[in-house]
Amino acid sequence: MSAKQSGGWWPGAVVALALGAAPAGAQLNVVATTPDLAAIARVVGGTNLNLTTLARPTEDPHFVEPRPSFIVKLNQADALIHGGVDLEAGWLKPLIGGTRNPRIVSAARGNVRCCEGVTLREVPAELDRSQGDIHAGGNPHYLTDPANARIVAKHLAEAFTELDPRHAAAYATNAARFIADLDARLPQWEAKLAPFRGRHLVAYHNSWPYFAARFGLNIEIFLEPKPGIPPSPAHLAAVMTRMRDTGARVIIVDPYLNRRTAETVARRTGGRVVDVAQFPGGVKGTEAGYLELMDYLVNTLARALAETAGDAP
Amino acid sequence: MTRLMTSVSLLAVGLAAMPLRAAENEVETLRRQLGELQAQFERSMRQQREQIEALQRQLDALQRPAATPVAEAPSGAVAPAARPAAEPQRAWRPTDPIRIGSGTAYADVGVVATFAVGGSTAEDIEGGTQLGGHDPNQRGFTVQNVELNLQGAVDPYFRGTVNLLFQLDSGGESFTELEEAWLETIALPANLQLRVGQFLSEFGRINTQHPHQWGFVDVPLVAGRFLGPDGLRNPGARLSWLAPTPFYSELFLGVQNSQGETAAGFRGGEDHHGGDAGELPFGFRHADNDRGVHSAGDLLFTPRWATSFEVTQNQTLLAGVSAAFGPNASGESGDTRTEIYGVDLTWKWKSPNHQRGFPFVAWQTEAMLRRYELGEFDWAEVAAGEPRVVDAGAAPAVLAAERVKDWGLYSQLLWGFKPGWVAGLRADYLTSERAAYEQAGLFWDDGSGTLTPLGRDPQRDRRWRLSPNLTWYPSEFSKIRLQYNFDDRRELGEDHSVWLQFEFLLGAHAAHKF
Repeated sequence: MSAKQSGGWWPGAVVALALGAAPAGAQLNVVATTPDLAAIARVVGGTNLNLTTLARPTEDPHFVEPRPSFIVKLNQADALIHGGVDLEAGWLKPLIGGTRNPRIVSAARGNVRCCEGVTLREVPAELDRSQGDIHAGGNPHYLTDPANARIVAKHLAEAFTELDPRHAAAYATNAARFIADLDARLPQWEAKLAPFRGRHLVAYHNSWPYFAARFGLNIEIFLEPKPGIPPSPAHLAAVMTRMRDTGARVIIVDPYLNRRTAETVARRTGGRVVDVAQFPGGVKGTEAGYLELMDYLVNTLARALAETAGDAP
Repeated sequence: MTRLMTSVSLLAVGLAAMPLRAAENEVETLRRQLGELQAQFERSMRQQREQIEALQRQLDALQRPAATPVAEAPSGAVAPAARPAAEPQRAWRPTDPIRIGSGTAYADVGVVATFAVGGSTAEDIEGGTQLGGHDPNQRGFTVQNVELNLQGAVDPYFRGTVNLLFQLDSGGESFTELEEAWLETIALPANLQLRVGQFLSEFGRINTQHPHQWGFVDVPLVAGRFLGPDGLRNPGARLSWLAPTPFYSELFLGVQNSQGETAAGFRGGEDHHGGDAGELPFGFRHADNDRGVHSAGDLLFTPRWATSFEVTQNQTLLAGVSAAFGPNASGESGDTRTEIYGVDLTWKWKSPNHQRGFPFVAWQTEAMLRRYELGEFDWAEVAAGEPRVVDAGAAPAVLAAERVKDWGLYSQLLWGFKPGWVAGLRADYLTSERAAYEQAGLFWDDGSGTLTPLGRDPQRDRRWRLSPNLTWYPSEFSKIRLQYNFDDRRELGEDHSVWLQFEFLLGAHAAHKF
């Protein structure tokens, strides 16, 4: 919010002066909406960040309770990191209204839309809610593709550098190290899932198109008839038929979705339910970070697909 | 970056072995190298982003539908290169849908429409059993509320909100209400925020909620009786301060006009919709609300303090104390005043594995106390032959000034037991201290000399209500709610009502508040 950017108009300059950058020496106060963004921000920001995450890894990110304490956290934030594709539309906007923090309002430098630079999938040609709760910007679950984590890490390094130029080198180094680590693991992940290329999986909600595209899997059968619409018996019957036709045996379920429905379908089709998460910490053993979550996802799915391989047509 | 790390460590090793001046040179070199690396990193990031954007543009161009120059080529006359590469825009036709939504215009536009159908054993539904202006108001169908919301940033300094309300009364007459229209500052210093315009006073919980945010078909009785059928709202200003505490704590002070039907407990009075135009406000006195604003004492002041704690990771508590002070319309002196005090408590539990926000349990309770000064009133001012209040000797009644005290509360529990389903239970209770005018043995003379004894004031008498309900949300954009009300009014007896409510939302995504 430099005076230069606000133009020569004096109220802009006054606002800029009054609200200046974070005091020297202090950590950057960063609030992340979801734990996946937080995990990458933590790696990129390192010790220069005081990071708070609003949503928990086990809860439905569409319906987080907007607790009044979030207003306090956002009030003190230098940056708000969010997905940018309305995943948080149900709860974030009124919170920002109450924060009286111009550093994080949309269009401010501290409002970091992590989807920037990411090629979003399933951008609807027509906005029509009879198709379920689709997001105007596209499918918001883009971080299930590790290649997009690379983009987000670079973006965050850039954003932190703008807000806190003194630690520019640290942010650049951290991001580069994360990306190097990711680039080292990506071929291994791809190799692990390569034998299952083209295999069909069933998901409860359409959160996995990015993951599927990356690893050549087919995740196009959903227990929900439409995004956000609960499964009906008729739809589940159709799902079971499709599972038989495609040889899909693995049903992946996020920690906040109805596992019982998935178990019923699995029992009737001889399939199996596999617990997955988009957020580090959503499933036990994934708390350490984003790359560890990807390790878990790849290993678990590779194992489940291998063990159900005999059933595939 | 590994190269950087290697060079850093190599340089560090070399540094230790060298004399001081050489070391200084090395530091310079190191610094320069670091700067170069950083610039290189930023440059490559920028290039990559540009590449992505360029690819995205190509992808978009490829995906665009068939209105390509190639299809036109056979006609020959126009060189294809002369046309723009892609032209997704075409003229709007009347059959095209009009889209409203979020983030695509300068304001988010949304419409919420709420309807009810049902019946009641009561004859006086509107303003009788149902105190709210947006409650179901008759047997059969009611258009409770069709609300148009516009919200957005005005400029870098203000945020604006407008809520326009369309409604049909029980007679089928349409009317429009300016429910709220205000602008709010984005960046005042010292954690202050100023709201100016027409808005719902920050009093307790239910008063600031719009009908589609309620957990029940109708407003709680205590809010209907003390804050008025439309809630307490008027033109004014509100300053709030977010305390710099680690937990949420906010102070509000509202200053608003005190006259009009949306300040019913103050200088509102006679004709709230729901009652007959000639119906008396409580106290059996004519309202006197013609005065404008002469001094600050003629304004309505509403202070509030709210604070919130997280009891556990899954439980949140919000507590508040509110008050409203202002002149009222009783008597002719104009210096009679109303004081309303409220406490509210909201507790919410949400499962750490909730799906679409379910399961949850939410408990909300508000208690209010009203102290109301009734002015002196001499019914001799009303000519004989007109309806008036008389004493036992049929002479016009002289009502002395007095202060009356009422209190009431509601407590509601909502249980979202599975995705999309909420069961609710609410209890309402209202009562008051018997006032002198209610014990004076007065009569209502309808103008013809027929006298009806006046006992307890029906607008202050004790009553209670119990309301179980069940709501189904097919999606977050629609709901269907069935509610039963058991009403017990001390003088009028018991009544049973059943209402089925249905609601839909179009346009911008509804965001939930705590």
